[in-house]
Amino acid sequence: MMSTFLVFCLPFLGALVAPALTRRLGHNAAWPLALVPFGIFLHFLGFNAEIARGEVVTGGYAWVPAYNVSFSWLIDGLSLAFLSLISGIGTLIVLYAGGYLKGHPHQGRFFSFILIFMGAMLGLVASDSFLMLFVFWELTSIASFLLIGFDHEREAARRAALQALVVTSGGGLFLLAGLLILWNVTDVTQLSLLLSYGEEVRASPFYLAIFFLILGGAFTKSAQFPFHFWLPNAMEAPTPVSAYLHSATMVKAGVYLLMRLNPVLGGTPAWETVLPALGGLTLLVGGVLAIRQTDLKLMLAYTTVASLGLLVLLTGFGTEKALAAAALYLVAHSLFKGALFMVAGILDHEAGSRDVTRLAGLRRAMPVTFAAAVLAALSMSGLPPFFGFLAKEEVYAALSGGSLRALAFTAAAVVGNGLMIAVAFAVALKPFLGPVVMAPGSRHEAENLHEAPLLLWFGPLALAVKGLAIGIFAGFTHAVLTSPLASAIAGKPETVSASAVPHVGAALVLSLVTLAFGVLVYLGLARARAAAGRLVEDIGWGPDRGFDQAMRGLLAFSVAVTRFVQPGRMGVYMTATFLAIALALLLPPALYGEWPDLPLWPAGVPFHELAIMALALLGVGAVLAANNRLTAILALGIQGFCVAVIFLLFGAPDLAFTQFMVETLSVVILTLVMTRLKLTPRDHRPFGRKIADAAVAIACGLGFSLYLLKVVQGRFDTALTDFFNLYARTIAHGSNVVNVIIVDFRGTDTLGEIAVVMITGLAILSLIRIRKGRAAAGAEREANP
Amino acid sequence: MNSLILRTVAPFLTALMLLFSVFVLLRGHNEPGGGFIGGLIAASALAIYGIANGVSAVRKALWFHPMSISAFGLFLACVAGFLSMAFAVPFMTGLWVYPVVLGVEVALSTVMLFDIGVYLVVVGAIISIALAMEGREGEGP
Repeated sequence: MMSTFLVFCLPFLGALVAPALTRRLGHNAAWPLALVPFGIFLHFLGFNAEIARGEVVTGGYAWVPAYNVSFSWLIDGLSLAFLSLISGIGTLIVLYAGGYLKGHPHQGRFFSFILIFMGAMLGLVASDSFLMLFVFWELTSIASFLLIGFDHEREAARRAALQALVVTSGGGLFLLAGLLILWNVTDVTQLSLLLSYGEEVRASPFYLAIFFLILGGAFTKSAQFPFHFWLPNAMEAPTPVSAYLHSATMVKAGVYLLMRLNPVLGGTPAWETVLPALGGLTLLVGGVLAIRQTDLKLMLAYTTVASLGLLVLLTGFGTEKALAAAALYLVAHSLFKGALFMVAGILDHEAGSRDVTRLAGLRRAMPVTFAAAVLAALSMSGLPPFFGFLAKEEVYAALSGGSLRALAFTAAAVVGNGLMIAVAFAVALKPFLGPVVMAPGSRHEAENLHEAPLLLWFGPLALAVKGLAIGIFAGFTHAVLTSPLASAIAGKPETVSASAVPHVGAALVLSLVTLAFGVLVYLGLARARAAAGRLVEDIGWGPDRGFDQAMRGLLAFSVAVTRFVQPGRMGVYMTATFLAIALALLLPPALYGEWPDLPLWPAGVPFHELAIMALALLGVGAVLAANNRLTAILALGIQGFCVAVIFLLFGAPDLAFTQFMVETLSVVILTLVMTRLKLTPRDHRPFGRKIADAAVAIACGLGFSLYLLKVVQGRFDTALTDFFNLYARTIAHGSNVVNVIIVDFRGTDTLGEIAVVMITGLAILSLIRIRKGRAAAGAEREANP
Repeated sequence: MNSLILRTVAPFLTALMLLFSVFVLLRGHNEPGGGFIGGLIAASALAIYGIANGVSAVRKALWFHPMSISAFGLFLACVAGFLSMAFAVPFMTGLWVYPVVLGVEVALSTVMLFDIGVYLVVVGAIISIALAMEGREGEGP
């Protein structure tokens, strides 16, 4: 158990040492750093036998036992498949990044971010506890924000990073709400326990709320329509990020969540309507938008959106076959899409362009890259014996059926897949075939163009070959990978048996139709692109623009609120504050009729007490009568000292002491402020204004008086007094109870308070400094106009 | 303030008040007093000195920047809290020792250390505000 815990910490430790290591080794730091994900990959490989037998590995530690919160993990077929993909592809990505960002001044930082992301993603898919799931979920969003905005000097990168963060972490809040309701309904906080509560959850009146909240989390993360817009914009990130986060791993977190919760939330009409409908729509929208692009990365990004849509469609379709197809497609997609993204990065890096219309004839110069591209594209197109073929066969076998619903989704899948085939061919063939065309301004001359270094081509080739190998050895793959995966999604044992050898059936026919459609689109790509472009232009408005409008609206709203709340006039602030105090004091007793009884005039008040009170009233009168601000401040001091004397007379020497000092110092400081601010010595408020202010002041005073009367008339609970009197001497070794409370019993409060005192001092100091700076600048301007 | 009498008396008055503030601080555990009140007394003592002799004289007399004094106080208070860690008791638990100095038993405690921290925070914060207010343009805050 300990070793698994350490494995979850390992990426974060790697992130810690990555910058130092990169400073020392340069881009070769990729080799030692790649050992981190590789070690993790090997560790989880060790679980394969257990998981293949249908067992589930759990472990963890209690975290906040009082709230039933734990740091615990759950490793079943679903988690293990994701863990292997994340760590396996992660290894290749780290190596690839070593070559791709070679010589970049912030390469160490990049490695660090990538490893942080990897740690977060591993934690996400292995989480058993709800809270851990949420924390890692948001952590992947933050890592993605850092990585998209890696090139932070470009505005487009910053915008894309912010957009991705707003969309995905906003969705994370939906997820949190959904998980909290699940917790309330079932009283469990662990996914492994939740699985046995499926019926309760589905029968619960909160089911729809849970469903839509979880969907909010999953759809934003997995870029489902209408939240798909952030994913193509995220292509601002360096290509290793696009290959890793935005195709193979992070964007699948939403799909993972849906698959994980399928046994609990699935099988209802809502699940089987909303998921396939929106997934199918996303598939078509992604396909059409992909055709429209000429940038290799954007083409791939939109097909990723489409693939995610297909995965959601399959997860929600509701048959066992569909879940098996989802499992297969999930693995296949991660492999071929990661490889293709890396190929696009190599082209960008070596040939200097990502524009598919400006690249051609590179096959001789870059044979290895070409091979990787073709292998990955064949898998993406679903040709035998690649793994993509198995996935596609299974998809069609799952979707095809007699009903109208099945027919509609089959049609959507055929069209979507056809478009994706066209894009796959365009990415893998167009830049490599035909006569050599160099992009203007490319880094190399045509004759100098050469194959990418090992660090760059190793990753895509490894992934592409793997896509072929696991397709050929399909039987083995199903036993260790896809069958446990499908079982975990379905929540009961499943066996996947698709084979790489084509056999005649409806699925094969559909495959051929898809292929034919895809090739047709590929041949007429320029025309298809123009048509798709026209379609998008005719619609005109998209959620991407909507995001900008929403952000602008939010900004305008907050500016308006700030203008309203902070007009910059001291008088308004004071009036608002005191009005609020008066309302807080007077409204509750008025609403509940809880006015205090009028006190009787006490008999036998000694003369000196009456004298002090009279003096205090005199002080207040003097404040009102003063025709000069300075006099008013001093007069206020009279009243303050009288109050201190009253404290002293009634047996509160500590309080009196403090009151004396505070009164003295506040008079001193107020006087200083007055002389500093250079206010007019007299008060020039108009009469009406004075009356309004007086009303507020009287309301406040009245409120406080009534409140204190009410408090004094209530029964006084002496439990605390008794406690402190009893223990001040015996436990805290002090006989001044007030001081003992301040420094010992409630010492932590005092610590907070003195920290506030210090920070307030700092704040006032800097305000005065700003004023001084402005005054000095003003004087300078006057001196040299 | 240009008053000869005040200027003559101020140093003595200030010294006396500072002494008194320390007295108030130390007796606070058993008699009325404590770090907060002591700090306020010390702050008013320095304010008087400032009114009589000017801001720069106070700054020179203090040697440290008042804000550093305040920060040091907060540091002491935190140390008083964290010392309990070394003795495996909860944060801010009062720890007492009674060494005998010259035949007299002296009670020392983290509570006292904490109160001294409070004293310094209050003096430093208030005096730095007062001095900044009093200081004329050109004199650093």
